[in-house]
Amino acid sequence: MTTRSRKPRVTFRFMLGTLLAYVIAIIFLLPLLWFIFAPFNDHAVLSASIPASLSLSNFGEVLDSDIAMRGLLINSPIIGIGTMLITTAVAALAAFGLSRSRLPGRQMWTYVLILFSSVVVGTASMVPIFRLIFEIGLINTHIGVILVMVGGMLPSAIFIMQDFVDGVPSSYEEAAMVMGASPLRIFKDITFPLIRPGLMVVGIWVLINAWGAFLTPYLLLRSPDLLPASVTFYRFYDEEGSPQITLIAAYAVLYTLPVLVMYLIINWRYGFRFFGGIKS
Amino acid sequence: MASIKIQKLVKTFGTVQAVAGIDLDMPDGEFVALLGPSGCGKTTTLRMIAGLEVPDSGVISIGDQDITMSQPRDRDVAMVFQDYALYPHMTIGENIGYPLKVRGVNKAEIIRRVTDVANQLQIGHLLERRPAQLSGGQQQRTALARAVVHRARVFLFDEPLSNLDAKLRLEARAFLKYLQREVGVTGVYVTHDQSEAMALADRIVVMSAGKIMQVGTPLEIYRQPANQFVAAFIGSPPMNLLAAVSDEAARTLSIAGHTFPMRENFAQASKASVIGVRPEHLTIHTQPVENGLVGKVYVTQPLGGETLILVHVGENLISVRVFGDDPPELPEQVWLVPELSRMHYFGEDGERIS
Amino acid sequence: MQRGMLSRPVGLLFLAPAIVFIAVFLVYPFFSIFQMSFTNTTLVGVNAVNPQFVGFDNYVALFNADQWMRRGEMGFSLLLTAQFVIGSGLIGQAVLGLFIAVLLHNRRGFTRELVFTLAIAAWIIPDVVVAFAWFAYLAPDGTLNNLLNTLGIAGPDWLFKHPMISIIFFNTWRGAAFSMLLFSSALSSIPPSQLETADVLGASGWQKFRDILLPQLTPYILTDLLLITLWTFNTFTPFLLTGGGPSYQTDVISIFTYRIGLRFFEFGKGSAAAMVVMIINLAIASIYLLVSRSRKVRA
Repeated sequence: MTTRSRKPRVTFRFMLGTLLAYVIAIIFLLPLLWFIFAPFNDHAVLSASIPASLSLSNFGEVLDSDIAMRGLLINSPIIGIGTMLITTAVAALAAFGLSRSRLPGRQMWTYVLILFSSVVVGTASMVPIFRLIFEIGLINTHIGVILVMVGGMLPSAIFIMQDFVDGVPSSYEEAAMVMGASPLRIFKDITFPLIRPGLMVVGIWVLINAWGAFLTPYLLLRSPDLLPASVTFYRFYDEEGSPQITLIAAYAVLYTLPVLVMYLIINWRYGFRFFGGIKS
Repeated sequence: MASIKIQKLVKTFGTVQAVAGIDLDMPDGEFVALLGPSGCGKTTTLRMIAGLEVPDSGVISIGDQDITMSQPRDRDVAMVFQDYALYPHMTIGENIGYPLKVRGVNKAEIIRRVTDVANQLQIGHLLERRPAQLSGGQQQRTALARAVVHRARVFLFDEPLSNLDAKLRLEARAFLKYLQREVGVTGVYVTHDQSEAMALADRIVVMSAGKIMQVGTPLEIYRQPANQFVAAFIGSPPMNLLAAVSDEAARTLSIAGHTFPMRENFAQASKASVIGVRPEHLTIHTQPVENGLVGKVYVTQPLGGETLILVHVGENLISVRVFGDDPPELPEQVWLVPELSRMHYFGEDGERIS
Repeated sequence: MQRGMLSRPVGLLFLAPAIVFIAVFLVYPFFSIFQMSFTNTTLVGVNAVNPQFVGFDNYVALFNADQWMRRGEMGFSLLLTAQFVIGSGLIGQAVLGLFIAVLLHNRRGFTRELVFTLAIAAWIIPDVVVAFAWFAYLAPDGTLNNLLNTLGIAGPDWLFKHPMISIIFFNTWRGAAFSMLLFSSALSSIPPSQLETADVLGASGWQKFRDILLPQLTPYILTDLLLITLWTFNTFTPFLLTGGGPSYQTDVISIFTYRIGLRFFEFGKGSAAAMVVMIINLAIASIYLLVSRSRKVRA
């Protein structure tokens, strides 16, 4: 035999493993089952059940809700894409600067920042951030929300990006240096195109996070017509706080779909490569 | 084009002295090979000429200009890297034209010169492709084309052939030689392959442990190695080095338990503690002969046009090269006769005696 | 020294935007929290304009021994947080993630893709959506209880009767994908020849896991535990499921801090709580770092 067979032998243990895998798959699927059926059922209740007849009326009603649609089609994209563009650009510049300028202790600094960003996060830092944004007059603006989210995600984004920047062979940039290119030119012509996969990975990672973010926009935005979908989600509760199940189901699908599609794209094109870089 | 002058160049990495004070003068148009084992400082020297490393001390001048501390982009040099450093996101044409684009040459002129150079290097039909679609030899030529498209003052080569397989390497070597003769460039060529250095260079600089061991033309280096290091490094297989003891009164020299009478050149031989003789300067005999070192055949390696024979003489393992495609039939015991006029003598300090 | 491509000033120029963001949104808040925690700052009223320095009053209030362990107080919240972190982070996510990664190691094809895609979906779907999904799943007449009914078991009102267990299962489900991806990427870097050698030697599955995979996974396990502990400690998502209730039974520390600082706008006291949270975070990170250091020294 000259080639090694990649196919494992079908043994009892292998079958058992497969069975276990399917059990796990079902456990992961069960809570989501509801979203597969309820949106298309105009009499949906909290329990997942196959609808008697497929109906799109839930979607019709959701489309009629101005604030919710505004959140989904305008505000969430503005916040998501804005955060993505700024974070990715700033992280790429920083990763390049860190990697190529031999600043002392650069490894340590990224680690400290990662730590810092894990420590100064969530509700703990929201008090001063709320005050800061309030005082500089960016409360109730998209730009305020975007800037806060960029700050929170930047350390991790730099960390992920650095893996890609360090992966560019040094001779590529050295060759350009010898040919007479300036640092900015090298970044633009050589490094930037070569770390495109990294830009995609970081960009989509940021976009998924910003798209789902609830707390920051919830705290910093007041006007209903500025709220992103994560907050307008709660529009579909009646005055007593009970959910309008049918509408929530339909809205949840519309809200989730872009993220899932993005995940499929990134997984198909790049894989979740960035986890290779995380090790102590 | 320009001359290169290096004075007292020193470079240390941590506690390791990579380049330990070297001096080198290269006239305009000379092609010099830096040759040595890995870690001898040759690549570091090249990178300092390119400006990719900053020397600890010393001066590098190109032309009459001191460029020791200037940025790579201000030196007007061209460099071919070991891994070629071809940009995967650019076409072959864009790669070759990049040095011109960086220098602000206009588009039409870039296209004209890229086409010229590419045709000259026989890659004109590949300009639209990407590096990944090219063979190793074609990539190597692209790297070369990118270096020569802009007439830099100095050309630097960092082991440009080491990633090619043996056959392509010979082709590329011949091609480089041809190009160098045509273009007549001032060039520094780093290699650990002595045959490459011998074939290409006007002069060879043999380096070891950050120091220059010898500077000379290929034949000088081969014929008159300045010390034991060069003697052992140049030649394939390397020169046989044997301990020697001289006898003033009898005017004889003992090597491996055998005594040779030394008439003409005893003056120099008497100071030698080590003698060297190349494998091709030994003859092998199946019968006892005068001045023959008796030994036992260890292995015989037929190589086609020649045969390499290793013989145990006392505690020494001596290699002998026999030319011709007919490997000799040898008994266990043989006698080796060195060509006395082509023996090399080295003193206790390892330096050549002449 | 190799010539860095960028001189130090130019390097700093590339870093400048990042430094500004980090200074304003990470470093400033940190010091601001520190400073505010010693004042009686509020959002509105006299103390918003002219906050008073109150020394350690806020901390004393948080650590008031008489009330500390009462429902809705900090001690009680920390106890709940410990249950939550150990249950859903360390045991739930890390173990489940490792189990899936090892189970599907060296497998290709549909089974692997299915499990990975579902786990990752649970991980990337927005907070508010998964929170509602679980609200529906765990409702008295939700999917889980309907399923149990068909097996003849009468399920309870999970979020009301067993709120802590509910959010532990929720958070395990939500975050297992990260550990799974981290470990399976680590496993894929172990050359298959190592396991094949063990096969030739006749090692059992458990022996292969214990003697070959586990030792090489250890550094990844430490990183994974560090990140997961910090994330679970700070996650706010359970709030969307239970709101911290019923009657403070899921009032984990992130919800506690939110409640004090942002719902009641007692910035001073909220900052003191945040300060305590950050010190605990720092302590957790330091312990992990020390452990991984001492491991490295021994290695």
